[in-house]
Amino acid sequence: MNGKKGFSIDWALLTGLLALSVTSLFVVYSAGDQNPDLLMRQSIRIVLAFTVMFLVARITPDQFLRWTPYLYGIGLIMLLVVLGAGVIGKGAQRWIDLGFMRFQPAEMMKLAVPMMVAWVMVRKPLPASLPTVILGFVVLVIPVILVIKQPDLGTAILIAASGLVVIFFAGMSWWIIAVLAALVAAAAPLGWFLIHDYQRQRILTLFDPWSDPLGAGYHTIQSAIAVGSGGLYGKGWLNGSQSQLDFIPERSTDFIFAVFSEEFGFMGSMILLLVYLFVVSRSLYIAIEAKDSYTRLLCGSLAVTFAIYVFVNIGMVTGILPIVGVPLPLISYGGTSMVSLLAGFGILMSAYSNRWFIR
Amino acid sequence: MRRAVSRKRKQPLTSSARHWLVLAVIGSLFAVMVGRALFLQFFNADFLKQRGNAQALKVIDVSAVRGMILDRNGQPLAVSTPVDAVSADPSKLYANPKSWKPLAKILGVRYSELKAKIKRNNKRRFIYLSRQVLPDTAERVMALDIEGVFLRREYKRYYPLGAVTGHLVGFTNVDGRGLEGIELAYNESLRGHPGKDQVIRDASGHIIEHVSSIERAADGEDLVLSIDSRIQYLAYRALKKAVVEYQASSASAVVVDVRSGEILAMVNEPGYNPNDRRQLRSSYFRNRAVTDSFEPGSAVKPLTVVAALENRYVTPQTIFETDGGTMKLSKFTIRDTHDYGDLSVSDAIMKSSNVAAAKIALQLKNKELWSVLDGVGFGHQPGSGLPGEAKGALLHHSDWRDIRRATIGYGYGLSVTTLQLTQAYATLANDGRRVPLSILRRNDAPIGEQVISVTTAKQVRRMLRLAVSDQGTGKNARIPMYHVAGKTGTSRRANGKGYSKLYNAIFAGMAPATRPRLAMVVVVNEPTSGKYYGGTVAAPVFASVMTGALRLLDVAPDDISEDRLLVAAGSSETDPGQDR
Repeated sequence: MNGKKGFSIDWALLTGLLALSVTSLFVVYSAGDQNPDLLMRQSIRIVLAFTVMFLVARITPDQFLRWTPYLYGIGLIMLLVVLGAGVIGKGAQRWIDLGFMRFQPAEMMKLAVPMMVAWVMVRKPLPASLPTVILGFVVLVIPVILVIKQPDLGTAILIAASGLVVIFFAGMSWWIIAVLAALVAAAAPLGWFLIHDYQRQRILTLFDPWSDPLGAGYHTIQSAIAVGSGGLYGKGWLNGSQSQLDFIPERSTDFIFAVFSEEFGFMGSMILLLVYLFVVSRSLYIAIEAKDSYTRLLCGSLAVTFAIYVFVNIGMVTGILPIVGVPLPLISYGGTSMVSLLAGFGILMSAYSNRWFIR
Repeated sequence: MRRAVSRKRKQPLTSSARHWLVLAVIGSLFAVMVGRALFLQFFNADFLKQRGNAQALKVIDVSAVRGMILDRNGQPLAVSTPVDAVSADPSKLYANPKSWKPLAKILGVRYSELKAKIKRNNKRRFIYLSRQVLPDTAERVMALDIEGVFLRREYKRYYPLGAVTGHLVGFTNVDGRGLEGIELAYNESLRGHPGKDQVIRDASGHIIEHVSSIERAADGEDLVLSIDSRIQYLAYRALKKAVVEYQASSASAVVVDVRSGEILAMVNEPGYNPNDRRQLRSSYFRNRAVTDSFEPGSAVKPLTVVAALENRYVTPQTIFETDGGTMKLSKFTIRDTHDYGDLSVSDAIMKSSNVAAAKIALQLKNKELWSVLDGVGFGHQPGSGLPGEAKGALLHHSDWRDIRRATIGYGYGLSVTTLQLTQAYATLANDGRRVPLSILRRNDAPIGEQVISVTTAKQVRRMLRLAVSDQGTGKNARIPMYHVAGKTGTSRRANGKGYSKLYNAIFAGMAPATRPRLAMVVVVNEPTSGKYYGGTVAAPVFASVMTGALRLLDVAPDDISEDRLLVAAGSSETDPGQDR
């Protein structure tokens, strides 16, 4: 194909991402009481995030590989800083105020962790040996624990997943997987006692939301009502009565899918899922096509994490997963997650542009 | 896919097992989402839609505006002004303690009380925080934008004339239900019918949209009373003055248009201001003019004479000996306060002789006296339309012994209400035709029923004019420009055991006497200032109200002789004369 090293856009991926971003503007407008300010801020974020994506896409995979340890180190330090500030401020603290926007180190770690784990994996020939796998787990677990401490369970799960996917792709042997699975199964009851009360409540609520319809079950019930009352074809844009009547909490951020599916119905949801599926498939394809192991592991992880991201959010909104604070990728109103997501797609685009080099 | 010969191409990502495993996992995640969407949006859509509607669509009551109560000239006596009830969903308010302080401040309630109320009701979904709140206060409450706090339109009843029409008009409770007076009696037509609206409410309970009107609210109908508030005010003022002056325990007065039967004024003391009922005792609420009966005493004598004239036992000139002012009848002694000697029937009325009245009564058959009393409405509810009308007590004639007939002849052994006595005098005034009374304005006078012959009525009216002459007991009832006909009464109040030392001072009369237009009865109970004669205590009230009322109604004067004017102008406080 093109013989020169450089930057080209993957139009297929870009199309999918743009489709999601445009959808975001429509749904945010409806969910945000048709507030033009909200729409304006979301538009600015989208433009900013796409700019970041294009900039990241210009960086070569080799440069990513070189920068990985530094990026990871900076991320860890910033996590410690926010955690310290949170302890001092006696409250949850997740962000650093940059003046024009709030920067969440945890968002950066969504990229830095899979990069670092991939970096660890490719230092020795693959498939990864046991010591490499253990090292991978160490670099994975430290930031995850720090993020859990914030506390931001949703992000922690996503970071953990992104790292695990890298290790899985790196060829962690099946018996290690089996042992880990057994350990997780054994630890699950223990975990029940380790998690916070409200988290336990959220899990219980999942099984019987109607037991406390105004308390713990409220979110689940209201979003199920909103989604379900959309029916096959939806109530139409701006006409989602459940959403518009304030019954859905956090409806422009974490629960935006409830608004979307009330207004656009089953058909709209299916189209949205198809777009997501398309973006995931395209990302996986790019990962497979990537020029080296590091890029492949990283891209594979980004693709799978994106899918998990979608699943965790929609699962939460439709009441099959407990409520964890995970936004619907590229649709929810909000800043840093959109930037980190599109930076990830920047990496994918870079990988695709550079797939013929150093072959 | 291009397979380059490269070490890296053997790397695990392309190992087909893991590759396919990941694809399968992702595929199944998407399948689960599709399945869940299908479950919610297809199979459960109807149920969930219904749940959604159930929480957003509500049917609310739309309050109807209660009708106004007006006097005969359109002066409002009771009006409803829109106010708001501030209510709350305590379960939501409970979760938001920061809002309590500003809320308490605006509503003017103590913070601690509000807090206690919210805490006490935190499991409930509805409480009133404050009723009858002025609209601009309510607006400030809504400006706080507290979740779970909402307004409901309601109406506050305001009585422009306050105590002047207190007993008559009555009042409503905070929910707009009539509790006393006209408000109670005509509650149904005043109230109207609340409507029902289907509305969409948001999660905080605010009404977002009126979907449809299920049932239109029908506002209550306005009610026009027969009352003339100007005369009502005169009566109120005069009666209050008499009660204060003679230190009476209570009093009532009623003015009736004798042709139409319309009640033009009805007042009682002690009164109350329905706009401010905080320090009220329920005994103040009684509209004594219709609920309380008393022995009318001498005020009945003209009716005794009516019965005797109608049945031709006597003429106005028939002479009765008064036996030195005492008369024994089995164990009873009937007394006059003076020895009047021989009295004609007319003189007996003028001087109010008990002995003569008893003698006249004794000439009659039980039934003859009874049918006159029955005919003018004694023993029957007047049916004026006011609540709580008493019937009084009039034993059936078959149960009378002679002594009963004799005492009834001068007004004891029966009881009537002020309203009934007014009706009796109105009947005399209306040439013997009894017109049913009404508290509502009439457009056409009802025909009524001739219960006393025209001739007799006229003869008795002439006697009643004598009773207010200089020689009569009721001269204080005279007024300038008009002839007055009337009768005093001073009856001892019965208590449980017999008769007390306390009296009812009564004056019942009509004017102008030659062609009566108004009848009025004044009853002042238990004056304790030393004076207690009907002619002293009650007659001046009559005169003062009647003077104003006749002028207000533009009634043509029937007495324009100059000497009468002078006499009236110089009327002095003289001995009212004999009254029994």
